[in-house]
Amino acid sequence: MARRVLGGYALLVYGFLYLPIVVVVVYAFNAGRQVLNWEGVSTRWFGEALSDPTITEPLRNSILIGLGNAVVACVLGTALALALSRMRPLFRVPFDALAYMTLVTPEIVFGISALIFFVQIGVPLGVKTILISHVVFNTSVVMLIVRARFVGMGQTIEEASFDLGAGPWATFRQATLPRLAPAILAGGLLAFTFSFDDFITSFFVAGAGTTTLPLRIFSSLRFGVSPVVNATAVLILALTLVAIVTAYMVLRRTERGRPELG
Amino acid sequence: MAVAVQTRRAAARAGGPRYPAWLALPSLAWYLLFFVCPLAIMALFSVSERVGFSSVEYNLNLRNYEDLVDPLYGEVFLRTLRLALVGTLATLAIGFPLAYYIARHGRHKTLLLLLIVVPFWTSFLIRTYAWLIILDDDFPLFDALGAVGLAGEEVGLLFTTEAVYIGVVYTYLPLMVLPVYAALERMDWSLVEAAQDLGDSPLRAFRRITLPLALPGVVAGSLLVFIPLMGEYLNPVILGGDKTVYAGNLIGQQFLTSRDWPFGSAIAMVVIASLTVAVLLYSRLARREAQFGG
Repeated sequence: MARRVLGGYALLVYGFLYLPIVVVVVYAFNAGRQVLNWEGVSTRWFGEALSDPTITEPLRNSILIGLGNAVVACVLGTALALALSRMRPLFRVPFDALAYMTLVTPEIVFGISALIFFVQIGVPLGVKTILISHVVFNTSVVMLIVRARFVGMGQTIEEASFDLGAGPWATFRQATLPRLAPAILAGGLLAFTFSFDDFITSFFVAGAGTTTLPLRIFSSLRFGVSPVVNATAVLILALTLVAIVTAYMVLRRTERGRPELG
Repeated sequence: MAVAVQTRRAAARAGGPRYPAWLALPSLAWYLLFFVCPLAIMALFSVSERVGFSSVEYNLNLRNYEDLVDPLYGEVFLRTLRLALVGTLATLAIGFPLAYYIARHGRHKTLLLLLIVVPFWTSFLIRTYAWLIILDDDFPLFDALGAVGLAGEEVGLLFTTEAVYIGVVYTYLPLMVLPVYAALERMDWSLVEAAQDLGDSPLRAFRRITLPLALPGVVAGSLLVFIPLMGEYLNPVILGGDKTVYAGNLIGQQFLTSRDWPFGSAIAMVVIASLTVAVLLYSRLARREAQFGG
């Protein structure tokens, strides 16, 4: 009985979680110019979004920033995870604190402090400053995912490799990377989506001349929701959904292939 | 020989060869240069003064903080605190039963969990602005509610404080569900059954066993929701129509319109300080509760 009631309740909450996403997707296919005035199904707004340079240019920026950020965050985050995995707590704890701080600091505080910093040291705002700022919190994301996997899989192979005289680089290439690749890939995919979706940090460090896709959507919201905005949003959703589900599947699969941890 | 191998193995496990610590240096440099350093400069800015339109004089005075002691700003901070507290409690009230259901009765736990994670990892901005469509008076939902007499002709939810609260609960719900689920998932439900077999009512068993064991998850979830809420920016701007100002919006205004960066930095410092105090107080309270309560 209680179980039934809870089940119904859960269904309701899931409905609440997905209502906005469904609404955006459904109305993106509305043929009419007025968002809420349904005039039949059409894909014309996707065509219009993809042929509008004020949308495709930010789309290009967002993808470039997302990819560059993912590569840098993967390199930094993986190296950090390897170093931290067996560091003495005395040194590890401050690192952990720093990494968690980059994730929990309210984004608006981080955004304005980064803005002040770049202006003060004279770095022109633009794609570069957005990328640098995104790498800060995404390095922490990659580190947490990679370290969880690295600690979980045990390190006897690495120890043997070091014992037999291989250096860190050779050990990484031959012993660690093959087993860690899925976690690094998942971390990279998440880093990409977090960057691709980011609004607040980008909003403050983008400067006047640079626009990313979320910034473009935000600025057009001043004139209200339009079908083109909905279509653009669906494109973003589709791209990030693919990345997220892939990351999740990759992580799940590697976990299942690891019987020693159940 | 065998002994030698064994001691060697033990040594390896304790402190055997490992990746060198210098691998942490590049990220440390990145963190220091692009995270710690900006926060430090912001702290310095908060005790500086704006000169003219956009230059700043580092004259180390507390004038920005003195300016903040004003009923107007006090009201903004109280409003922000209320938003953060009510938001945290509401996500807990809505999220706890859901986490409980998934942990105890869920059939396809992986799928149910993925369904919680996906909205959280998709664009914050899109999920927020979607409510602009849903809360619009012309949205079909209100027609349906109106037909059964649950809603009037003009609902007028858009650009109100209520809209901000709806958006906030929606945005942060997954952040509460995930840690509470993680705590409940590790639970041994036979304890609850044993308590009930021994005569506890379901409610009493819940209070004495489930709740204390779920507490670490509740604490983690509350912090994950409360902290970003103290700096909430997007929901009030989009769903509140930028009419009601919270601390995050006040900071944003100083950087976007008033161009008083030192004053904006001072507000950000106050937000960070109050967050630190709140987190310390809360984790202490929670620890005491875990020790003596239940």
